[in-house]
Amino acid sequence: MIQQQPKPSSIDWLTIILYLVFVLGGLLCIYASVYKEDHPFIFDTSMNYGKQAIWIGISLFIGILILFVDEKFFYAFAYPIFGISIFLLLAVLIFGTTVKGSSSWIEIGGFRMQPAEFAKFGSALALAKFLSGFNVKFSEKKTKIIAGIICFLPMLIILFQNETGSALVFAAFIFVLYREGLSGWVLSIGFIVIILSILALLVPPLYIIIGISVLALLFTLVIRRNRQNLLAVAGVVLAMIAYVSIVEYAFENVLQAHQKSRINVLLGKEVDLKGAGYNVMQSKIAIGSGGLFGKGFLEGTQNKFRFVPEQSTDFIFCTIGEEYGFVGSVIFILLYMILLWRILYLSEKQRYKFNRIYGYSVASILFFHFLINIGMTLGLMPVIGIPLPFISYGGSSLLSFTILLFIFIRLDSNKVNELRGAFD
Amino acid sequence: MNSTSRQRVLLFIFFSIAIVFILRLAMMQLLDDSYLRSAQENVLQEQTIYPARGLVYDRTGELLVYNDAIYDLMVIPEQVKELDTIGFCKVLGITYGDFIARFEKIKRGVGYASYRPSVFEKQLTIPIYAAFQEKLFDFRGFYVEVRTDRKYKHNNAAHIMGYIGEVTDRDIEKSFGYYRMGDLKGISGVERSYEDVLRGKKGVRYVLVDSKNRTQGRYKEGMYDTAAVAGKNITLSIDQKLQELGEQLMNNKLGSIVAIEPATGEILALVSMPTYDPNLFVGRQRGNNYMKLLRDPAKPLFNRPLAAPYPPGSIFKVLMSLVGQQEGVLSPNTTYGCYGGYHMGGLTVGCHPHGSPLNLRGAVAVSCNAYFCNVYRTVIDNLMYPNSETAYKKWYEHISSFGVGRKLGVDLYGEGTGFLPPSTYYDKVYGRYRWKSSTTISLAIGQGELGITPLQMANATAVVANRGFYITPHVVKAIDDKPNPNPEYNKKHWASVDTPFYSVVIDGMQDVIERGTGRIAAIPGITICGKTGTAQNPHGKDHSVFFAFAPKDNPKIAIAVFVENAGFGATWAAPIASLMIEQYLTGNHTTRKYLLERMLKGNLIHRNDTATAQTIKH
Repeated sequence: MIQQQPKPSSIDWLTIILYLVFVLGGLLCIYASVYKEDHPFIFDTSMNYGKQAIWIGISLFIGILILFVDEKFFYAFAYPIFGISIFLLLAVLIFGTTVKGSSSWIEIGGFRMQPAEFAKFGSALALAKFLSGFNVKFSEKKTKIIAGIICFLPMLIILFQNETGSALVFAAFIFVLYREGLSGWVLSIGFIVIILSILALLVPPLYIIIGISVLALLFTLVIRRNRQNLLAVAGVVLAMIAYVSIVEYAFENVLQAHQKSRINVLLGKEVDLKGAGYNVMQSKIAIGSGGLFGKGFLEGTQNKFRFVPEQSTDFIFCTIGEEYGFVGSVIFILLYMILLWRILYLSEKQRYKFNRIYGYSVASILFFHFLINIGMTLGLMPVIGIPLPFISYGGSSLLSFTILLFIFIRLDSNKVNELRGAFD
Repeated sequence: MNSTSRQRVLLFIFFSIAIVFILRLAMMQLLDDSYLRSAQENVLQEQTIYPARGLVYDRTGELLVYNDAIYDLMVIPEQVKELDTIGFCKVLGITYGDFIARFEKIKRGVGYASYRPSVFEKQLTIPIYAAFQEKLFDFRGFYVEVRTDRKYKHNNAAHIMGYIGEVTDRDIEKSFGYYRMGDLKGISGVERSYEDVLRGKKGVRYVLVDSKNRTQGRYKEGMYDTAAVAGKNITLSIDQKLQELGEQLMNNKLGSIVAIEPATGEILALVSMPTYDPNLFVGRQRGNNYMKLLRDPAKPLFNRPLAAPYPPGSIFKVLMSLVGQQEGVLSPNTTYGCYGGYHMGGLTVGCHPHGSPLNLRGAVAVSCNAYFCNVYRTVIDNLMYPNSETAYKKWYEHISSFGVGRKLGVDLYGEGTGFLPPSTYYDKVYGRYRWKSSTTISLAIGQGELGITPLQMANATAVVANRGFYITPHVVKAIDDKPNPNPEYNKKHWASVDTPFYSVVIDGMQDVIERGTGRIAAIPGITICGKTGTAQNPHGKDHSVFFAFAPKDNPKIAIAVFVENAGFGATWAAPIASLMIEQYLTGNHTTRKYLLERMLKGNLIHRNDTATAQTIKH
């Protein structure tokens, strides 16, 4: 299998460097968030940071291994890999171990893994292979249905495992489908409706109107500014404002008090300080107290006293916000954006449709995690437990994101020396 | 749109979200400094504010129950760090083993979470509390919560007040999150039946505590705090002075007194002997004292007036007189002779010597057994009904309409039904259609299988006093100055005997006091209508029974007194009732010193367990 070794020059080093920055930075954050004075050694394997260090080692090893695998392997084995991941998901439903209310874990000899994590690249590979096949046109109904099944079958199974967060991630494939020809209307209307509905209930209408207008102005900067486009934008803005008003009216006048309260709690508007609201409140205190430059490494008082539950996993961004402040957080967000941009940029340069679709899948999945995870710690999203890729503590998650990304790096490294272009 | 502009749209979405996050971060980290302050004060504690439990007053406005501060030591396990365990145990006076065991127990508790407070030690004594306050900063994760416990101002009326105690795991589950480990709730008496009213509503305070465990202030200026709502105050219908006198009179006796205001159904006094000091159920010794009382063979926890079934005795003669008239088989002029008792075939029900023959009024006045056996026979063997069973069912309905043999619905926990045998009971014993009036003749004079609770007897007396109706007896007169809170306690329940039939019976009852068996109960200037009873029972000497109401017109008090194994009704029960009536109507019970002395000094505890049957007082 190991026939064509990629030349070092053909590997996208920027992506690799970003990956390393995230993984090692993540280790430091985990170290800070579960640090105990009597276990100062970062490779102390009795502590989560020691374990994470081992997982980083394993992930790097597997990542490098992937770089040496023939790229055709992924194309050829896309469906079997997808099949295995579906099988594992189903197996979990039957034999799974329940951890914190979700039955998404499989335990093999003391090791726990979460098949849902691996189903992500399984679906990504299968979708890429299917859509890049001969005679597959996205405009056909059949194509859309099969593509939909590839994306949403795992989602459905994961929902049955009570892992709403992981299931939600599969919605990210909408972005990929959009890139491959799904009507922009589906994406934008769906997306806008969700965002507007939430916003309408969270924020006073005036702010929404201002926000919409600002975004619309930004939007006119990236599109051609002819009369038709501008009119369309104006129409959309008006429609959105109308929609927000309707949602607000319906919420206030149609729903009953207890229904309103339930939605408010979900939106974090009414704080349930005893349940999930407690995490969010503590998380906001941690981040908010970071100030401009943060409190410094190991100086975060919130994490010293361990107020934010799950801080090393789902709430790892608190550590960044508290110890590195606004500057650190913004740098992190920008680095993350550069990674996403880089993946999309590289994807567009691929000769093979397979590679491109896979690349878009990677970027979309990473983006979705970013959106939900950080949104949650900032109190902008409901509390849905999904990890921040590369940063959060957790072997399954780190390993699966590494595989996800490195397959793309491997696929990408062939673009230069491959000229066949058979599937383009 | 071509594919590169699609890429641009996706990038636009990605970056928009990034911008939203950055703006949010700027808001939180740069513009809003409240997070910083919260973090500096750094430990957030959720403290429960316990509302003051409602106070309890008697009908005259006298305070009976109030609250006293107690101090519970709470722990937030997650925040316990670098604890000087030895020093900690020393302050609390516990061993290291206790310390570990207690943590284990806390962890097993319902609703345990390491970041939430749990009770570590209940009700610290004041010295320990003081010592603890001094060293609190050494013991991070621990703090003291102030709560209230009950104090009973007078050491009496235990069976009315009831007591409070710790909630069980089941209570916690059933309360949908209201109760937490270590909370107190009403277990019996008014404390139990009015728990929802008395307890108020707990509040929550989020407090920031620094790393030295010192309170720094409110989280977000108390934005998420909820205030505690104090429990509502309750005014009982009990007259404290009357209650106190009742308990004194019954001292060293077993039995019950129930006094009711007939027109309203309000219970004026409810005495259950032996009793105990309600303050035994306060403080750290609550559990121990409870076990002591529970094991006491005299059963001080048993609420006799509500639940003890006694043979009713003479109250049934009064009811028989009424039922007989209603059924049309008896009139005021009906006369029966008495020849030392009631004889029928081989059956004899004995009677004491008195003039003969008698009319109805006379029969009530001298309590003639023979007369009422005759009445009972005519009721059951009434030819208007096809058989004894049907007639008996009718009789049963009548008696039952006076509230006998069923729960009345008093607002206290632990009410019993008493026992009024239904016809099916005799079917079982003798076979259907194989019993008749002579088989069940003892019912005529309130003996036999019957069981009546003192509450039911007082209630039946109230029906007579009201000439036909009763209002369900109750002990709560007002909640937070709102009178008659329960509409159930405003309804008149009419007995099935028409009002005109009462007058002759009441005249008879007046004769009882003025020239009959109850002369000892007479009070100059007050017309009392009453009836003595001497109830045979399988537990030894007869019970001394007396029931009465006064004054005759527009009665203010109806009373039933049972003194167990004390002999004739006139000896003990009647004088006690008389003193009670005097106290209630005139506010004075000392006009007949000899009588009062005799009652107060009377010791009727014949058993060997005198020591335990003594009223337990501290």
